[in-house]
Amino acid sequence: MSSLELYPLDERLPRGERVMFNLYMITALLLFVLMMLLGLTMRMTQAEWTPVLAGMFYKIMTMHGAGMVGTMSLASTAVMWFFLRKYVSLHLWAFVSNYVLFMLGALCIIWAVFIGNFASAWTFLYPLPVHSMGLWSSGAAAAFMIGYLLIGVGMLLFYLDAAAAIIRRYGNLGRGLGLQWLFGGTIDPTHPKAVVAGTMVIIANSLGILAGAVVLVMCLINLYDPEITLNALVVKNLIYWFGHMIINATIYMGVIAVYELLPRYTGKPYGISRPFLWSWAVSTVFVIIVFPHHLLMDYAEPRWMLVMGQIISYAAGFPVFLVTAYGVLTNIHRSGLRWKMPSMLAVLALFGWAAGIVPAIIDGTISVNRVMHNTQWVPGHFHFYLLLGVLPMILTLLYHVVGSRRRAPVNSGADRTGLFLYVVGGISFCMAFLYAGHVSVARRFAVHLPEWVPTDRVGSVAAMVLILGMLVFAVRIIVGLLKAPADADPSHPAG
Amino acid sequence: MIFQNVIWAITLTGMGLVALGFVYAITQAGRPAEAAEAARVNRRSITLRRGLFLALLLLGIGIAWASLRPFPIPPQHAPLQATQVVDVIGHQWTWDVSQTHLKVGEPVEFRVTASDVNHGFAIYAPDGRIVTQTQAMPGFTNKILYTFDTPGTYRIMCLEYCGVAHTGMTTELEVAAAGDKP
Ligand code: HEM
Ligand SMILES: [Cu+2]
Repeated sequence: MSSLELYPLDERLPRGERVMFNLYMITALLLFVLMMLLGLTMRMTQAEWTPVLAGMFYKIMTMHGAGMVGTMSLASTAVMWFFLRKYVSLHLWAFVSNYVLFMLGALCIIWAVFIGNFASAWTFLYPLPVHSMGLWSSGAAAAFMIGYLLIGVGMLLFYLDAAAAIIRRYGNLGRGLGLQWLFGGTIDPTHPKAVVAGTMVIIANSLGILAGAVVLVMCLINLYDPEITLNALVVKNLIYWFGHMIINATIYMGVIAVYELLPRYTGKPYGISRPFLWSWAVSTVFVIIVFPHHLLMDYAEPRWMLVMGQIISYAAGFPVFLVTAYGVLTNIHRSGLRWKMPSMLAVLALFGWAAGIVPAIIDGTISVNRVMHNTQWVPGHFHFYLLLGVLPMILTLLYHVVGSRRRAPVNSGADRTGLFLYVVGGISFCMAFLYAGHVSVARRFAVHLPEWVPTDRVGSVAAMVLILGMLVFAVRIIVGLLKAPADADPSHPAG
Repeated sequence: MIFQNVIWAITLTGMGLVALGFVYAITQAGRPAEAAEAARVNRRSITLRRGLFLALLLLGIGIAWASLRPFPIPPQHAPLQATQVVDVIGHQWTWDVSQTHLKVGEPVEFRVTASDVNHGFAIYAPDGRIVTQTQAMPGFTNKILYTFDTPGTYRIMCLEYCGVAHTGMTTELEVAAAGDKP
């Protein structure tokens, strides 16, 4: 069980660790803001407020998609690292390597998109990378894919180190997940949630990244020898196996911050239970096999896979609604919660996750997907749980750490105003997408029909409000992280 | 009733219920409970969760059953016995449609494929809503079985990003009323 002490000693960051943590998080915050501005540019192009041509729009779309997914992974990996290191001994080199490989990969991707004109979307769906119609070279496509590979290798290194550490401490990954207590036995109440969630992510995301590596190598071979053609359906399956996993893993890494931190603000212990262990065990399986819901409109896909895609999409809702969201609600209910930035963000995060998967699950129904697939319904639901779910999880930790450096939770009027803008802008932005989806506005359209433009304008204004809030967060957190930590010298507790 | 509006209403209800749960817990968060009361609240919350679990389970099974039987995708390897057959090929960036004049009330089989990259074959009704779609994937033929119930001009749009002129990849279908000459 996590301690209820607000700033426990074992969470202090020694110098090297602190530098790395700051590097991760400051990089991530800057990238988030930049990528949001790219997103705003797209939304305003659809709204006919910025004169961006289709060629540029799709480069921006590729950068925004790849950049946001990559940055989410980077930041949520730092969340997982921050808590996991308290329970098992992680090596700093693995955390450093992940960062270095991420940056190298990011450079490749930025080069591929903005110099090489690569615009095949973050999903690089075969065979578009080799059918650019003269817009980009196979060199640019290769640079993009090598960028992904570098990022994937970095994550695998980090997971390998974490897996080894969990195995050293608990014997095997199954015991890290707590499988030994599924059917009976006395659950060790001190078994950390961070280890359960971390183990799940290690297992699932490593598989996803391996699938990604396989498909990237296949595509690279095809780039250099187009004679070797690939089966487009097999490639699509692998890409979505990888893509679905990597973005969902960010939620499962990010939620560790909520598990660990929220109880410190409610003052109510939030221990593990059998339903909790079951929910993580089944989620491990669900997240690995749910990806066919991305192929519901591929009628050539084996029927059992489509049925599985629908059923598992439904099933995946149970752990989220009934265990994690419900658990958080019971934890705050009648607790005397202290409303500070971290606790507000943690509650927002769970709301964003739980509410955002409602339209996602509904879209997992084949007959619904038939009228919603590739409409803005899709960016509607995933922005909901990424913007209002995962990003707030990361901000929860960051505000907490900033508070720990001053030994008092952050709660200023400026931050609260930022949160207000972020929530109002964020919800309106996502609902504008969902609304557009239900009136059949296509996603990934650089140019919109005249009747679609009103929702684009609402979405654009909402995005501006949200970004204002994000700017407040970014500035406050970066300044806070760079301040000398109060706990470097415990004999002089500051402020 | 337009199907999308039903989905929208269900979605807003679902998200609204989640929001209500949060609002309730948030309004109760500030008043700490004493030990005895906390235990009572805790027991109640466990019972409530069981109830919710059962309710969601039944709902999920019911909807899955209702929405998968009959299976919403027509058989792909057996003849579909439609009276009208349309072959569709997607190219960067045009549609090749073998037959663009169709009739209301009689099933149409669309056989959809692509020559270069993935495209998305979506049919928009005259009111601007999608009525059906499938992927157009090189090397595969996906078959749609659809019966138009309103005459008019339907627009085909590409719903899978296929390169820079993706949005321009549209064409039209004329669907004539039963009596009219197609
Ligand atoms: C201010 C914040 C943001 C704005 C204004 C924004 C805007 C957009 C827009 C306009 C699109 C294209 C929609 C379309 O297909 O018509 C898009 C796609 C996307 N966004 Fe965002 N976004 C924001 C934040 C985020 C965040 C936080 C993530 C986190 C991962 C994210 C991930 C993505 C992804 C993966 C896509 C799909 C790209 C594709 O279709 O290839 N976005 N966003
Ligand atoms: Cu197309």
